[in-house]
Amino acid sequence: MRHGKYPFIIGFLAVPVALYATFVVAAYIQTFQLSMTSWSGFGAIKFVGADNFVKLWNDELFWKSLRHNGYLLLLLPIVTIALALVFAFLLNVGGGSKGGVTRGVWGSKFYRVIFFFPQLMALAIVAVIFGRVFASDKSGMLNGLFPDSWSPWLFLADERWALTCILVVLVWQAVGFYVVLFSAGMGSIGEEIYEAAALDGASRITLFFKITLPLLWNTIQTGWVYLGIAAFDAFALINIMTVDRGGPDGATSVLAMMIYRNTFEYSQVGYASALGVVLFFLTLTFAALTLRVTRRDAV
Amino acid sequence: MSQITNSELDRRSLLRRAGAVGLAAIPAVGMLSACVGGGSEEPAKQATGEKSADNPLGIDPKAPVEIVIFDGGLGTKYATDVDTPIYKKKWPESEVKYSATQEISTVVQPRLNAGDAPDMINNSGAKMMDFGAIVAAGQAQDLTDLFAAPSFDIAGKTVAETLVPGAVEQGSYSGKPYAVNYSYTVFGLWYNKALFTKNNWTVPTTWAEFTALCDKIKAAGIVPFGYAGNNAAYYMVRALLTSAAKIGTEQALKDIDNLKPGAWTAPAVLEAAKAWGEIGNKYLDKSFLGLKHTEVQLRQNQDKVAFYPCGSWLENEQAKDTPPGFEYAVAAYPSVTTSDQLPAPALNAAAGEIYFASSKGKNPRGGMEYLRVMLSKEAAKEFTNLTKSLTVVAGAAEGLTLSPGLTSANEAITKAGKDLFMGYLFDTWYKKLNDESLSAVNDLMFKGGDAQKFCDRMEAASQAIAKDSSVQKQTRS
Repeated sequence: MRHGKYPFIIGFLAVPVALYATFVVAAYIQTFQLSMTSWSGFGAIKFVGADNFVKLWNDELFWKSLRHNGYLLLLLPIVTIALALVFAFLLNVGGGSKGGVTRGVWGSKFYRVIFFFPQLMALAIVAVIFGRVFASDKSGMLNGLFPDSWSPWLFLADERWALTCILVVLVWQAVGFYVVLFSAGMGSIGEEIYEAAALDGASRITLFFKITLPLLWNTIQTGWVYLGIAAFDAFALINIMTVDRGGPDGATSVLAMMIYRNTFEYSQVGYASALGVVLFFLTLTFAALTLRVTRRDAV
Repeated sequence: MSQITNSELDRRSLLRRAGAVGLAAIPAVGMLSACVGGGSEEPAKQATGEKSADNPLGIDPKAPVEIVIFDGGLGTKYATDVDTPIYKKKWPESEVKYSATQEISTVVQPRLNAGDAPDMINNSGAKMMDFGAIVAAGQAQDLTDLFAAPSFDIAGKTVAETLVPGAVEQGSYSGKPYAVNYSYTVFGLWYNKALFTKNNWTVPTTWAEFTALCDKIKAAGIVPFGYAGNNAAYYMVRALLTSAAKIGTEQALKDIDNLKPGAWTAPAVLEAAKAWGEIGNKYLDKSFLGLKHTEVQLRQNQDKVAFYPCGSWLENEQAKDTPPGFEYAVAAYPSVTTSDQLPAPALNAAAGEIYFASSKGKNPRGGMEYLRVMLSKEAAKEFTNLTKSLTVVAGAAEGLTLSPGLTSANEAITKAGKDLFMGYLFDTWYKKLNDESLSAVNDLMFKGGDAQKFCDRMEAASQAIAKDSSVQKQTRS
């Protein structure tokens, strides 16, 4: 029945491809074009060649922002995945095996729901709430918990810790989703494998490292790429939570923040597009690298 | 200035836009450029009419005029209930097409680029358009004729002559006026008069008196001076540069605006930075770096902060949080040295809130006429009445019963006399430099008060802008 295959496929794909081409591909192509201009966002467009990229190279804030993205890129996936794996393991296998059925720790059904809650909240709301948690005076939740005699911790107002506060919120928000993802992955690992291992006298830790982790590798790999891409963004939290948006003194600036400011505040759409181009290639390189480096033969 | 005027709303809409933009930071740049290149073509025929004594701007009495108002802290009532009726009374056959939005750039910018511009636009709010860029792109109407035209209801004077000093200059780019900055803001140290009377504290006029009073206030368990580092550092920049102007006259600020080499490292700026850095070191609560403006303002309402640097919109912004018995009052910044070139009552008072006519619209003359109506004494008085904010129309508030804060602001203006100065414009001209000043002033006030570092850093940023050919330059004299 090969007859009519192409009209069928084209019928299905035409609309999404057209939408994608208009709103994503065309936008990217224009971004590439604009990165070679000094367009302000109004009026005439002047071609300036690679000027924007030279300017970028000499921009201290760009390198600073890149370092911050790198910091998030390194820590966000590692911390989130590690936490999510531990929780997922406890929820699914951590309770040990009884009558041939592996179970989670006591109350795991309840925790499973709780863990997913942060995922349901809009990022903007999360940011406002954590802004209160990390508030730099006694009205802040954490500072309120500290003894009265302590002088308040500055958290977001302290350039050494501001980015770490952002990281904490990102992890908090993401971990629930990956618990669910990994739980689903673990659910598909055959009972008999755990049972056989348990019969051989494997401890829970051995179970985790020798069975769960290798069999989950594909899921983890995907999660890593997602989290990495999230680490390239982080815009919403930084825009809402941080001192002076990206501060204090650039201590939480990231590429997405720079793009936003250059486009909408400094009227330097050309320069912002150049930043966008850099971000595009960084994201692409990261995804390709991650998939390559973490590739393993199927177990 | 307008981003300050409606600051409360700005921060709220910030949350909304953050959510929307966060997901789409990269494609957004491209989406925005969907209208790339528009606006360079000539528009369709523009409406004009016969110039006469009754119609000094030569508008077509039958052509409709379209206005877009920012729906923010000032509301829209002044336009719908005051300005439009006055306009309609004079030009009954000209239809006024009115719309209001909280997102000016979202609504208006694509229309400007597509050659379908509204005739009169209130450019304000968190999503205000970069006005310097609009002027550079030739989208704003030259308002020279408007300011030279006779006033709408003050006989024998031109529009320019009815305004406070500096009002026209503030909307001028490279010597030509393109915007009406309508509201008039007095900047200074705001305090609770009732608290000061109760404690027998007198408002300082010299720096020595200022620090002595701060010591007393501190001893009373109140934070002597505070501002919100999180999102209101520009209040502090204004305080610092006002002091610099008092030391070295407004020329110090003009040099800064003109990106003159050495403007930021000039002795006046350094002196001011040293004095304020000292205040930061001794009298500022360090945790304020993480606070937002409303939080610090609330603390002042609770008498936990004595002095707060701000503009005269403060009283209206805090209206619902101000307890009974709290009486806002404003003091000019104290003289820094004994050899200050401006006297102690010298005051920074500036026009803000941009209204402009679009040069590429269908009826730019009509837009200008609408502005002339707004600048009438009748409309200005009602504006102050409705919005609790002064206007650039001199003396328009006479006869109104003003709130304590506005009364105090009015008195400060009188006391300053000829020593009123409009301040600086680099913050709207070069937003990147503005952002640098926010970081730098926070660093100065909260992290050790190194004045030389502040000056050097700002000097470097200013010279970087001067050398950047992609930034459109402005000058003032």
